[in-house]
Amino acid sequence: MNSIEHAVDQHAPYNSQGFFSKVTRWIFTTNHKDIGTLYLWLSLIMFFVGGAMALLIRAELFQPGARIISPEIFNQMTTFHGLIMVFGVIMPAMVGLANWQIPMMIGAPDMALPRLNNWSFWILPFAFALLVSTLFMSGPAPNFGWTFYAPLSTTYGPKSTDFMIFSIHLLGLSSILGAINIIATIFNLRAPGMTFMKMPIFVWSWLITAFLLLAVMPVLAGVVTMMLADRHFGTSFFNAAGGGDPILFQHVFWFFGHPEVYILIMPAFGVMSEVIPTFSRKKIFGYKFMIYAISVIAFLSLLVWAHHMFTSGIPLVSELFFMYATMLIAVPTGVKIFNWVATIYKGSVTFETPMLFAIAFLFLFTLGGFSGLMLSIVPADYQYQDTYFVVAHFHYVLIPGSVYAIMAAIYYWLPKWTGHRYNERLGQWHFWLTVISTNLTFFPMHFLGLAGMPRRIPDYALQFADFNMIATIGAFIFGFSQLLFLINIVRTVRGKGPHVSNQVWEGAHGLEWTLPSPPPYHTFSSPPTIDECK
Amino acid sequence: MTSFFLNKKKLPLLLTIIAILMFGFGFALVPVYTLLCKATGINGKTGGPTQLGLLEEIDNTRWVTIQFIATNNANLNWAFYPKTTSIKLHPGENTLIYYYAENNSGKAMTVQAIPSVTPGKAAKYVKKTECFCFTQQNFKIGEKRDMPVLFHVDANLPKEINTLSLSYTLFNADKYKKAATSEKQGHL
Amino acid sequence: MVKRIPILFLSLITAPIYAEMKVNMPLGVTPLSHDIYWLHMTIFWICVGIGVIVFGALIYSLIKFRKSKGRIAEDFHEHTLIEIIWAVIPFLILIGMAIPATKVLIRMDNTEDADLTVKITGYQWRWKYEYLDQGISYFSNLATPANQLNNKAPKNKWYLLEVDHPLVVPTHKKIRILVTSNDVIHSWWVTELGIKRDAIPGYIHETWARIEKPGIYRGQCAELCGVNHGFMPIVVEAVSPMQFAEWVKQQTQGKVTFNTDVKLTLSKKELMGRGETAYDTYCAICHKPEGTGMPPAFPALKGDKILTGKPGDEIAIVLNGKAGTAMQAFKNQLSNEDLAAIITYIRNAWGNDDKNKQGPHAGELVQPEDIALAR
Repeated sequence: MNSIEHAVDQHAPYNSQGFFSKVTRWIFTTNHKDIGTLYLWLSLIMFFVGGAMALLIRAELFQPGARIISPEIFNQMTTFHGLIMVFGVIMPAMVGLANWQIPMMIGAPDMALPRLNNWSFWILPFAFALLVSTLFMSGPAPNFGWTFYAPLSTTYGPKSTDFMIFSIHLLGLSSILGAINIIATIFNLRAPGMTFMKMPIFVWSWLITAFLLLAVMPVLAGVVTMMLADRHFGTSFFNAAGGGDPILFQHVFWFFGHPEVYILIMPAFGVMSEVIPTFSRKKIFGYKFMIYAISVIAFLSLLVWAHHMFTSGIPLVSELFFMYATMLIAVPTGVKIFNWVATIYKGSVTFETPMLFAIAFLFLFTLGGFSGLMLSIVPADYQYQDTYFVVAHFHYVLIPGSVYAIMAAIYYWLPKWTGHRYNERLGQWHFWLTVISTNLTFFPMHFLGLAGMPRRIPDYALQFADFNMIATIGAFIFGFSQLLFLINIVRTVRGKGPHVSNQVWEGAHGLEWTLPSPPPYHTFSSPPTIDECK
Repeated sequence: MTSFFLNKKKLPLLLTIIAILMFGFGFALVPVYTLLCKATGINGKTGGPTQLGLLEEIDNTRWVTIQFIATNNANLNWAFYPKTTSIKLHPGENTLIYYYAENNSGKAMTVQAIPSVTPGKAAKYVKKTECFCFTQQNFKIGEKRDMPVLFHVDANLPKEINTLSLSYTLFNADKYKKAATSEKQGHL
Repeated sequence: MVKRIPILFLSLITAPIYAEMKVNMPLGVTPLSHDIYWLHMTIFWICVGIGVIVFGALIYSLIKFRKSKGRIAEDFHEHTLIEIIWAVIPFLILIGMAIPATKVLIRMDNTEDADLTVKITGYQWRWKYEYLDQGISYFSNLATPANQLNNKAPKNKWYLLEVDHPLVVPTHKKIRILVTSNDVIHSWWVTELGIKRDAIPGYIHETWARIEKPGIYRGQCAELCGVNHGFMPIVVEAVSPMQFAEWVKQQTQGKVTFNTDVKLTLSKKELMGRGETAYDTYCAICHKPEGTGMPPAFPALKGDKILTGKPGDEIAIVLNGKAGTAMQAFKNQLSNEDLAAIITYIRNAWGNDDKNKQGPHAGELVQPEDIALAR
C-alpha cells in the first residue's frame, strides 16, 4: 500500500467553513464514507425512536389493566415499532456498514454509482417523516401491525394508511437503488486480483442480500400499490365483495416478508464471519461452505413464505411443502454455526467487546433458531402462531442476530473509521447489560406464549402478570443500557480514546486494515495489489 | 456473459429491469393465485357454471350431507338465510335449493354472494349449474327474493368426505357495481 | 450489603412465579391437543439435545483456547468431509422430526361424521356461535366490567377471560367447527382444545374437536383485528351429553324472542340501573365508561346532539347499526328492555340530561315499547 496517494487528498471536505457549507457537504455528498456515516446515524436515531415506542408498549404491559396508553395508541405503537425497527434501524445500519466497508474491502475507490447512493440515502428521512407524521394527524395513525393485513388495513384502515403506503414506496425505492449500487460495485469495482472467491464473506453476504432485495422489495411495492388501488381506485385485489381474496394479501406480503427477515440477518452473518476469525486469530473455517450456505438460505427463503399462514386454512399439501422447506433452512444455518464454532476451536481467543457480542450472537441466535425450528412444525405452530412465543422467537433472531451483529460491527470498525479506540470498559458494561436484559425481556415471552398469551394485546389476563412484569423490567434495562453505546460512539467519534494503528486488531485480515486509521477521504484511488489477504 | 456483467453501464440497467420485472411479478401473482385456487379449491372457492350432472353418473352407493350456511358481511342489515339448512344426497344427483334474501337496509343495493366450501378439498367437486353467486344481485328497498342454487356433487368426490358445507357470505357490492347484473328470481 | 439488593430484588419478583408457574403449553383435553403437546415436547427435547452439543463445543472452545492461557492459533480452515457430515446429520434429524409432524397433520385432517356442527363468526369485537342443527344462535361478549379494566375495582380471577354466554358443547362427541368472519380477520384460539383457526371474511374453514374432559376452557382472539382485539375472549364450557341435551332444550324452549309485545313500562331508576350494567358490557369497550368514546372511530356519547334531541334516531342506530362503522346492529342481540335501558342511560348519564345546556328533550326516557315500535 503506497501512502503517497493519500497525502494528496485535496477533495477532503475537512476544511469546509461555516454552517451552510457544512450542511451542504452532507446533503450533496457522494462519498461512500460520508453516506455510510449518514446511514449509521439515521439508524442510531431511529433505534432510540423505535426503542422508545417499545418501552411505551412494555410500560403499558407492566401490569394488567389500562394504565398509560389506550388500546388505540398501543396498536399504533406496535405498528410503528415494527416498521421502524425493520426499515429504519436494521436495514439502514446494514446499508451503512456496506457503504463504509465494501469499497474498502474490495479495493474500490467508491461505490459504483455515487450520485444514486446519495439519493438512496436522502429518500429515507423523507420516507420516515411521512410515516411518523401520521402520528400527529387528527385521525388514527396506522394501527394494524407492521404486517398490515387486509382487510384491516384496506377497507377498515384509517385515512393515514395512504401516507404509510407512500412511505413504504419510498423505503422500497431506496432499498432497490441501494441494492443496485452494491451489486454494481461488487461486480465492477473489485481491485485486480480480488476474485469472487477471495472476497471477504461480509461482501459476499451483502452481494447475496442485494440480489434478494432486488427480488422482493418490488413485490412489497406491488402489494402496497394494490392496497392503494383497493382503497381508492375501485379495484378489489383483497376484498371478497369484488372477487378478491384477503388471503392473497398474506401470500404476496409474505413472499416479500420472509426473504425480508433474511435480508436483515444475512449481512449479520457476514459481520460474524469477519469478527470471529479476527479475535480467534484464525482464518474462517470452511470459507466456501459459508458462501454456499448463505446462497442456499437465500434461495430457500423465497420458498417458505406460507409458514406464516399455517392457521389460515391452506390445503394440507401446501402445509406439508412449506413445513419441509422451512425445516430445510436449519441445515445451511446449522453449517454456518458449526463453522463459526470450528473457527474458534484451536484458535487463540480474546474477548474484546466485538467478540463478546459475536459470542452472544452464537448462543442466542442459535436459541432463536431452535424456536424457529419448533415453529416450522405445522401442528405445533397451530398453538404457537400469533402468540408471545412468536414474539420471543423473532426478537431472539433479530436482536441477538441482527442488532448484536451491528453492535459488534460498530465496535469492530469504529476504531478504523475514527482512528480512535472506543472505551473498552464502557463497551464491556454495555455488552453485559445488553445481554442480560435481552434475556430478561424476551426469555419469559416463550412461557407467556406457550401458556396462551396472544401477541398485540394491550391488556392481559392475571395469569400472565408475573412474566410480563419481568419482561418490562428487562426492556427498560435494555433501553437505557443503549445510552452507554451512544456515549461510547460519541466519545470515540469526537476523538476521545487512544489512537490506533492501521492494523487496529492483532488478528485482523483484509484490505481495510492496510489503510491508515482513520482512512483518508478517498481511498484506493489507484487499486491495491492483492496478495496476502485470503 | 462475464463481460456483460462487467459492463459498467449495462449492469445497473439490467438490475433496474430485474426490479421492474419483479414489481410486475407481484401483480402476476394475482391471476396465478386465482387459477391455483380454482384448480385446487384453496379457500373453498368453487368454479363457474357447469353442465347438469348426468343421470348415469350418480353414485347410488353412498350419501353426502350438504349443509347450507349464510353469513352477512359487515353487519349488512339484510335477512339472508338458506331455506333448506341441510340435505342428504347421492353424489351426482342434481339438486335445487333456495336462499332467501330481504333487503332491510332502507336503500336500493347491489350485493355479491361469495361462495366457499369446506372441507377445502371438496370445493372442486361442487358443480353449480345455476347460482345467484355467479352475478351481482340488485335489490330495491325492502325487496324480498328466493335465490336458486342448482348443483350436484361430482361423483368423483373422495370417498372419505361425507359431510360438506356450502357457505355464502353476502357482501355489499355497491362499490363494485358491474353493468351486467342479475335479478334472477325463484318462487317466493 | 450493596450486593444483597439485587438478590432481594430477584427473590421479590421470583416469589410469585413459583406460586403459579405456567411455563409450558397445556396438555389439553382433545386428541388433537395431546398430539400437538407430544410433538411440541419431542421437538423441544431434540432442540435441547442439539443445544447441549453445540453450546458444549462452543463453551469448551472458548475456555480451552483462550489467548490468555498462551494458546497459539493453529492453521486449519477447511475440511470438506466434516462440512458434509455436519450438513447430513442435521438433515437426518430433521427427517426424524418431519415424520411424526406429518403423521399428526394428516390425522388432523379428519373427515369422519360429526355429531354436532357449530359455526363461529368473528365480529369486531365479539364472537357469534350458531348451532346449525339445533337452530341456536347467540353472541358471546367480554363480561369483565369496565371498572376492572380501569383499575377502579379489584380484578376477577378470570379478568379478560370471561364472557356473558360461553360456547356450550358436549364431551366425547365429535364437534365440527366452522369458522368465518363478519368484518376483518380474527382467529379463534383455545389452547386446551388445540385449535387455532383464522376467521376470514367471505371464506369458511373447518376444524374439529372431541373434548375428553368436562370443564371450562378459555382462549382469546389471536389475530390483530382492531382496537379491541385484546377484549374478545372465548370461553368453552364442555358438559356431559345429557347436560348438553338439557341445555339445548332450555335454549330452544325459553328462546328469547325479542319482538314479543312486552309493553312494560319501567321506572327511571330501573332503567338507569339496568342500563348502566348493560352499557358496561356492550358499549363501554368502545364508547368508554365515561361516554367519552375514542374519536373519531368511536364518537363520544357525552354531549352528543342526537342523544340530547328528541328520542328516535339513536334508537334506529342502536337497533340497526351504522353502516361503514364498527357500530353494529343490536336488534338481534338484546331485548327491548335492555335496549330501552341502555338508551335511557346514555340519554341521562354524564350530564346529557341537563335541559339548560342540552335543550328541552334532554334526558327523556325511552321505554321498551318505544323499542318494540321502532323494530
